[in-house]
Amino acid sequence: MRLLSSRRRHPAAKALLLVAGLFLMGALYSVIAPPAQVSAETGNSQQIAEGKALFAVGCASCHGLNGEGQVSGTIQGPPLAGVGAAAVDFQVSSGRMPMSRPDEQAPVKPNTYSEEEIAALAAYVESLGPGPAIPEPAVYDTSNISAEDLARGGELFRTNCSACHNFEGAGGALPNGKYAPPLIGLDNKRIYEAMLTGPQQMPVFADEVLRPEDKRAMIGYLQSLHERPTDGGLALGGLGPVSEGLWAWIIGLGSLIFFAMWIAAKGAKAK
Amino acid sequence: MSEDTAHGQPGSELATVDQERYPVPDPGLEPHLPRLTDVDEKAANRATRQVATFFGLVPILSIGFVVVYFAVPGDSYLDFGPLRANTRNLLLGLTFGLALLFLGVGAVHWARKLMDDEEKIDYRHSAASSDADKNYMLTELDKVVDEAKLTRRKVIGRSLLGALATILLPMIVGLADLGPWPTKKKRAETIERTIWAPGVRVVNDITFEPIKPEDIEIGQLINAEPANLQDLEGSEFQIEKAKAAAIVVRMDPNSITIPPARQNWQIGGILCYSKICTHVGCPISLWEQQTHHLLCPCHQSTFDLGDAGKVVFGPAARPLPQLPIAVDSEGYIVAQRDFLVPPGPSYFERDSRNG
Amino acid sequence: MAQPATTVPGDSSVQPETPNKELGPVFKAAAGPTKWLDDRIGVAGLGRPFLRKVFPDHWSFLLGEIALYSFIVLILSGIFLTIWFKPSMSEVEYQGSYELLRGLRMSDAYASTLNLSFDIRGGLLLRQMHHWAAAVFVAAMLTHSLRIFFTGAFRKPREINWLIGVAMLVLGIINGFTGYSLPDDLLSGTGLRFVDGLIRAIPLIGTWAEFFVFAGEFPGELIIPRLYMVHILLVPALLLGLIAAHLALVVYHKHTQYPGPGRVQGNVVGYPVFPVYAAKAGGFFLIVFGVLTLMGATMQINPVWVFGPYNPAEITAGSQPDWYMGFVEGGIRIMPNWEWHIGSTTWSWNVAIPGLGLMGLFFGLMAIYPFVEAWVTGDKSEHHLLDRPRNNPTRTAFGVAAMTGYAMLWIGGGNDLVATQFHVSLNAVTYFLRVAVFVAPVLAFLVTKRICIGLQHADRNRMLHGAESGILDRAASGKYSERHRPISHGEAFALTQHEDLPALLPLTDVDGMSEKEIKSEQRRRKATRFYFIDTLRRPTRAELEEAAAHHMHAMAIEGDGEHHAIEPAEEEEHHLAK
Repeated sequence: MRLLSSRRRHPAAKALLLVAGLFLMGALYSVIAPPAQVSAETGNSQQIAEGKALFAVGCASCHGLNGEGQVSGTIQGPPLAGVGAAAVDFQVSSGRMPMSRPDEQAPVKPNTYSEEEIAALAAYVESLGPGPAIPEPAVYDTSNISAEDLARGGELFRTNCSACHNFEGAGGALPNGKYAPPLIGLDNKRIYEAMLTGPQQMPVFADEVLRPEDKRAMIGYLQSLHERPTDGGLALGGLGPVSEGLWAWIIGLGSLIFFAMWIAAKGAKAK
Repeated sequence: MSEDTAHGQPGSELATVDQERYPVPDPGLEPHLPRLTDVDEKAANRATRQVATFFGLVPILSIGFVVVYFAVPGDSYLDFGPLRANTRNLLLGLTFGLALLFLGVGAVHWARKLMDDEEKIDYRHSAASSDADKNYMLTELDKVVDEAKLTRRKVIGRSLLGALATILLPMIVGLADLGPWPTKKKRAETIERTIWAPGVRVVNDITFEPIKPEDIEIGQLINAEPANLQDLEGSEFQIEKAKAAAIVVRMDPNSITIPPARQNWQIGGILCYSKICTHVGCPISLWEQQTHHLLCPCHQSTFDLGDAGKVVFGPAARPLPQLPIAVDSEGYIVAQRDFLVPPGPSYFERDSRNG
Repeated sequence: MAQPATTVPGDSSVQPETPNKELGPVFKAAAGPTKWLDDRIGVAGLGRPFLRKVFPDHWSFLLGEIALYSFIVLILSGIFLTIWFKPSMSEVEYQGSYELLRGLRMSDAYASTLNLSFDIRGGLLLRQMHHWAAAVFVAAMLTHSLRIFFTGAFRKPREINWLIGVAMLVLGIINGFTGYSLPDDLLSGTGLRFVDGLIRAIPLIGTWAEFFVFAGEFPGELIIPRLYMVHILLVPALLLGLIAAHLALVVYHKHTQYPGPGRVQGNVVGYPVFPVYAAKAGGFFLIVFGVLTLMGATMQINPVWVFGPYNPAEITAGSQPDWYMGFVEGGIRIMPNWEWHIGSTTWSWNVAIPGLGLMGLFFGLMAIYPFVEAWVTGDKSEHHLLDRPRNNPTRTAFGVAAMTGYAMLWIGGGNDLVATQFHVSLNAVTYFLRVAVFVAPVLAFLVTKRICIGLQHADRNRMLHGAESGILDRAASGKYSERHRPISHGEAFALTQHEDLPALLPLTDVDGMSEKEIKSEQRRRKATRFYFIDTLRRPTRAELEEAAAHHMHAMAIEGDGEHHAIEPAEEEEHHLAK
């Protein structure tokens, strides 16, 4: 003790005291704070640490430093324990997360994270609580899908998806300014992850009920549908009778009225 | 009428026209001005050539149609800008359509450029018939009634009218088998019941696989059917599906309101509702997992599944019926019984006091 | 100047000229068969009244023709489709060319529609032509009826033709609905489900009507065959009969014409049926046919294979009926959820009012309007000259108000697409329209009426001061004024041909009239004041002559440049007659 007190006016005393204080607070905190859940997921500790660092910069302001979420106040983000790596992969690679401003729905925008960064973030969030993992390519590979599966996928799509996303995935309206986005031009993994994780207002379609082979069939159907040409000609927006009615008036009746005007016009006179 | 026709006739006296009715007198038909094709032979020949060209293209296009019909296979597609279309359909339509169009355009061009375009005048007659005709009809009809002995023997006329009215009765009654009569008994057998019954498993639509509660996550939606739907086919299948279709959702029990009477209708936040909208019957599966609102895409009726299916927006007047569910001995979700109220749209005889 | 008009020997009182004996080869060849026919049915006598009948020429008179020709295209393309379509709801397994549905169970109706689209050459073309023609048919009928309305062509003696027209519009809409429901696809099946719910919700008789229409519960197995019968037999037969009556009346009454020099109540100026009108009308038929074919070739419509077969547990976001049902759809969507639960009965006003009430309201108002206007004006004379819409501002304003109300409902029918396309809240659109459907027509009425009166002022200025020539004069004092030149005699005549319909003051002399008659007449006079009080009356001949004299005088005094307009006092411009 006399060692310490006799050096209490040493120039380094303040700095050392500060460090000791911080160390004490940290130790106390680590005793009081809930332990980080043990994750059953792979993702080595370095990747998780990287992810945590990225998370602190890009996500913590809404989701909290440990992903505990903020559900009051102006800036809200739900808790992320249990959303799984698949959710992170989906949200970040589509550019939805991080949101540029609070809104009732996160729109798709250009993604600025690299694949490694997304993997790191995903590993970190997975470590907060186990959730759906990023699916393996085999699960969503539709290159060798059978014709039977395609037809069955269509039935499943029309039963589970078209109510929000429209019969060919052109998107649809939800209450109060929200919307179900169009599904055109998306890669299979993105669609799979969305079904698996239920982003925002979209319900979850867990693998135990809508099995991986069912999901694969649905994705195969959707992609085949989009690859098909529009047999009848110009698609005219694909919005059904509303756009058809518009063109019937504008092009159909419109052009015929122009012809009528030509037919009945007096025409130029010689004098 | 006569005053107005006065100055349509040739050589009418303008001074006699009513000045109040016509402050400006009728200048008469404007003199006919010739078209270029009327005075210039070259222009007329050019127009003639144009008409002949239009007509001349028609056989080429018609033959083109025939060639396309036989030569172009049905699975060939044309990729051209925004068009990604079936080649045969496109070409058949273009050849036939342009053939028709050119034929029509040629005829109109002929009329406009070459046919005599001097306007002609025709005179109108009153829409009413002439006095002579009217008098004739009245007199003769009088005679007709007399000759038919209708005036003297009035009972013929009266009984005839009665007879004609009632002869319609067999024709109307003959349509009474248009459909079964929805008597109280019939309604109870049809629109007031579904195939849900105690112990019927709740299965995933299309795959018909049964469901265990632990397979369902919070925020999950399942489009479901009764397992016994698989035993039906054809129109029976469609009819029962249109009433029995259901959705299963799982919500956090702390975030929803469950009426005391329905506490045992659910399994730890897993609830089952009818999928058929109570407005006019469209199936609903647009569910927002965070707000718990279910939006029908037809007319935007919105139901809160976290509050006994209450209507929160839109034209639906009654809450969505809930199906009481339980778990069977093997751990699968089953219905406890049929719906307590008829699912689907309202009807006059429906007792809606309980939803 | 009055020209001796070229008259047409159309009626039998005028002696025909003897025909030229030198006939061309076509006539020579036709002579034999024609005589054969004439000996039996008197073709010359039949043809005589029609060969040179005169029809006036204006593009707005061709709108009815667009409807007629689209109908013919519908019949022709429809016959083609009936050759392969199977109106049956029996379940079959699809084994045709469209891979994405192969192996699925579906109704025979749907499978045969897929067959037409993919395995019958020309099938898809005809299907699409048929559907485009249906959309254009109803659009043309609506536009044509608007032209009739705004030009007052429904006035005596044409009220019956107007009623026939309203009936055809309704039948056309019904046939469109039954037609697109036949393939039994997901989209049209959803529409049928809606109709089932609508019928069921009719107070008192709903379940009976539903069970009778569907032969039991929805969907049953008879609705498609029944709709087929209505679509190819019942409604087309009614339409053909009504079209025949409609055209016969047009021929009997002769077509109306716009006012203009030489065109008066008692005549009709135009081209004879043969050759000019026949060439133009026949050519237009081929043009309509051609345009509809080109649309069927290049523009996809109703791709039923993408919708999938009807399944009562499936639905698509953005479910709408065809455009002509849009206003009913809108009414159903924006209607508040009023339902009475009285004892053990349910009165579904939320469905019955928009579902039945809207159709009844629109077509009912359309049907009675000619009689309402006739009652207001007390006009019992025949009208063969058309009104310019500005000269009956209240009628025009009513028409635009009705169109605006219709348009609000139309937008309501697509409220979810409005929400997604314009990034607005679906709920906000619905609430807005609940108010707009009442407010917008009133605003439209007020604005339109003012615009019409403004146009009448413009006409009056042309009459009194001439047309603006675009040449400006600058007087020595520095003042600018524009030179006007007088309008042509023909135009002046056309601008003053219409009648000044008076706004009547209340009756003062009521001798010899019953209480009921007085009340009725006072009400009518009040209505005339509402209709005509701010309508401008035409300038009188005295006013025109004074204005012309003043104009000459002003021109004679060169350099003055001062241009005094004759501005009659406000009260004199409008008129109150006893």
